[in-house]
This record gives sequence, structure tokens and C-alpha cells, in this order.
Amino acid sequence: MSTAGRIERLRARHRMMRAVREFFDARGFTEVTTPSLVSSPGLDVHVDALCVPLGASTRYLHTSPEYAMKRLVAEGAGPIYQVCKAFRRDERGDLHDLEFSMLEWYSPDLDMDGLIAQTEALVAAVACATCGSTQIPGRHGTVIDISPPWPRLSVRDAFYAYAGAAVEDLLPDEDLFFRLLVDKIEPALDPLRPTVLHSYPASMASLARLSASDPSVADRFEIYIDGVELCNGFAELTDAAQQRTRLIHDQAERSRLGKEVYPLDERFLAALERGLPPCAGNALGLDRLAMLLLGAAHIADVMAFTTDNC
Amino acid sequence: MYETSDIKKNLKVKIDGYPYSVVEFQFVKPGKGTAFTRTKLKNMITGSILERTFKTGEKLEPADMAERTMQFLFKEGDGFVFMDTSNYEQINLSLEQLGDSALYLIDGLMVDILFFNDKPIGVTPPNFVELKVTETEPGFKGDTSSNTTKPAKLETGLEVQVPLFIEQGEVLRIDTRTGSYSERVKK
Repeated sequence: MSTAGRIERLRARHRMMRAVREFFDARGFTEVTTPSLVSSPGLDVHVDALCVPLGASTRYLHTSPEYAMKRLVAEGAGPIYQVCKAFRRDERGDLHDLEFSMLEWYSPDLDMDGLIAQTEALVAAVACATCGSTQIPGRHGTVIDISPPWPRLSVRDAFYAYAGAAVEDLLPDEDLFFRLLVDKIEPALDPLRPTVLHSYPASMASLARLSASDPSVADRFEIYIDGVELCNGFAELTDAAQQRTRLIHDQAERSRLGKEVYPLDERFLAALERGLPPCAGNALGLDRLAMLLLGAAHIADVMAFTTDNC
Repeated sequence: MYETSDIKKNLKVKIDGYPYSVVEFQFVKPGKGTAFTRTKLKNMITGSILERTFKTGEKLEPADMAERTMQFLFKEGDGFVFMDTSNYEQINLSLEQLGDSALYLIDGLMVDILFFNDKPIGVTPPNFVELKVTETEPGFKGDTSSNTTKPAKLETGLEVQVPLFIEQGEVLRIDTRTGSYSERVKK
């Protein structure tokens, strides 16, 4: 992309951010900021954190502000949102930078369907403010129609239709699950409309609530637009004991794969024990949203500077 | 051995015994899961494109490929003789190995030859070569309204469409990437 258009894109990104805040502010959300430097960065099996030695103790840069924000919701903060940086080691590419911008929000009393609808409304409103309509350029300027509602596809149906496989038969081989997602499913998704891929297997959503109608899946979804994973959201698990069990399992899995094992966030678990109101939360990549709205193919095109350039 | 983090454009790797060059690659990490690098590779011998996804942690075998600049000396029967001007080493390539690039070879031409496991597998001529017209119809033919070009045969056997003013014996600048007439060389 042209260097001449760079500053113009940063200005457009500012307009995008104003629209994001207007959306949440109008709905009574409180904007919060929580520390980037934490004692427990998140226990996703495949997400590695950057370590910051602090004399006698060790801290980490967070991979997402989830634990801290849920503690606030448990304290009665109501609907909250945060715009912050998140840090994930070894992630670099057209769609990735080590340090990236995240929008994360929590809505008490929403279930997965309610959160999906809220996300559709957010992205549509921000697109109108930034691009003038819900017809957006996507990464390659093709013109993508993001007017809600967006097509829904369950993980089970996606694997059946595009990989010719039953998800139950593939697991517990997670590598195979992700390989098929990358090789067969993602390329088959409609390039001209968003896809809401929902109901991930229960084993792949350690912070999400299981579906009431089908406990083999969790109330977790991801939205794809133009081949880009834009966000990851779910109805939150509120059962403290189940959450502890799942996090311990994640620690064991990380250990088995030879990865650094981070400590459990006991303050987060204590908050769940005191009681987390039913809520749903979403984490959305703001750099990727900017790419889709501004027609940028590479994440560097929408950032002031990437990690490699600073 | 290469790591997936080493993958970049034009990296040369060996897959199933064939040499490949990386054409395109993309880091992907679906659903906060395993990280992969989606790769598009070109087979340097057959020219076919292969799409393969490597998991982070998988290793790639480097292909023993090298490019040497050599001089075309002459044609001998079905063989084309090239010489390395630094050590006078000579190699012989067949018409089959050269393919279309044989149509651009004139005595003394410097070309890049690609070797895999020390065997020559391809020849890249310079972007432009100057070739003499050995056969073409003379001058402007009567009715010029229907044709603005005419066919011409060049000294290597290459056939191109040329403007009507081109005469037999003239030297033309030919674009080797498209196999077409570029301009007339004033000699």
C-alpha cells in the first residue's frame, strides 16, 4: 500500500475508533482500563505470553484482558468495554503482530445469540461511520456486504460440509481439527459476506459456558470476514469449580506440549466463587477491523508502526 | 533444516525429491489454535504449483539449488554447449531441458542456469536478446488496411509478428519473457 496514504489511513482509523466508542457509550457501557502487566496472562494452550522479570517476581504482558474484566463484572460494574494492547509471542504475518489492538467487552444478561446480534450492530454502525455504508472494501477492495443479520454456520456443519468429517471423530486430535479448519473450511467460506462460525466443541472453549441444549459444544463463536478472523466471543462460564478444573487441564496440556505453564489467576477464580452474573463477552481485533474497512491487505498498512519497525 | 519461521518468498526447499521455490506464504492461527504457515510453492523442474500448509514446529528440507551464469558457445547436433567463463568448465544441455529458452540462444550469449543437486534444470536468458531476421515478406504489401504486422522468422527459429517496415537481414530486439518483438535495433 502507498506510504502516501498512510497518514490518511491513520486518520480514518481515528474516525473508526470514535464510532466504536460512540456505539458503546450510547448503550450505557463504561469504558475501563485494566493492567497490561499481570501475574497470569491467560492459559490458552497455543497462545504464549511475553515475560517481564520484576526483580524477585515475574509478570507477563496480558494476551487478553479477560480475567481482569470478568473480575469487574463480578464486582457489579455492569456492561463494560476496553480498548487496549494485547501481546502474543511468535505471532507475525499479514494479519498478526506481536503487539496488537484489542476491543473487549462484556454484556450482562446477553446469551451467545444476543452477543452475536450486538456484534453485528457494532460492526455495521462503525462501517457506516467509516466507509459510509455496510458495503466495505475488505482486504482486497472486492466489496463485501456486511449488512446484518450475518449467515450462521455451526462448527459441526462446517466440518461435515467442507471437510467431510464428523468433529467428534477428529478430536482429541486438535492439530487435525485446526489443520482442516485452515485447509478446508476457511477457504470455503463466502468471501462476500461475513460468516458466524459458532458452537465450538466443548474441549475448545475453556472460559465459555456449555450449550444448554447440547453440552458437547460450548456457546462460543468466531466471526470471519473476507478470510479474516475478526472476533472470538462466548457466553461466559460462571461456575467456579468447573472453571478451575478446566484451567488446570489447560496447564497440564501446556506442560505436555513443552510450553511454559503460567500460574492460575486465583483472584479471578475467587471472583467467580463470589459470583459472576450471567454475561457474554467478545474480543475483537481492531487492527483487523481497520484493515477490512480501509481496504488494507497487510496489518502494517493500518498501524503507525509494527513491532519490527520500532 | 528450515523452521516455518524461515519461510519467505523464493526460499528453495525439497519436497518428495523435487526442488520448490516459495511463491507465497501466510501465517495463520485459526481460533486461537495451532499456528500454521500456508504456502504456495512452484516445482522448479515441472513448473507446477503446490499448496501446502506447514504446522509451526515442522521442519523443511533445503533444496540443493544454485544459479550459475554461463556462456552459450554453440549448438552441436541435439546438444547446446555452455561454458563457465570463470573456470572454462563446459556442460551440455538438450533441447528438451532448454524448452522455449533455446529460441533465444545466440553464440556468446550469457545466461543464468539453475542447478539442482548439481544437475542443470533450467535456463533463464536475459530479458532482451537481439536476433536477426532470416525470412520475412518484403516491405509494405499492397493493401495495408487489414494488417499492421506480418510474420518473420529469426535466426534461432523463433517466429514473431513484426511491423511491416521490417526487412530481411535486420536485427530485432526481442523480449524473452513474452517472445515478442520489442523494437528494431539500429546497427
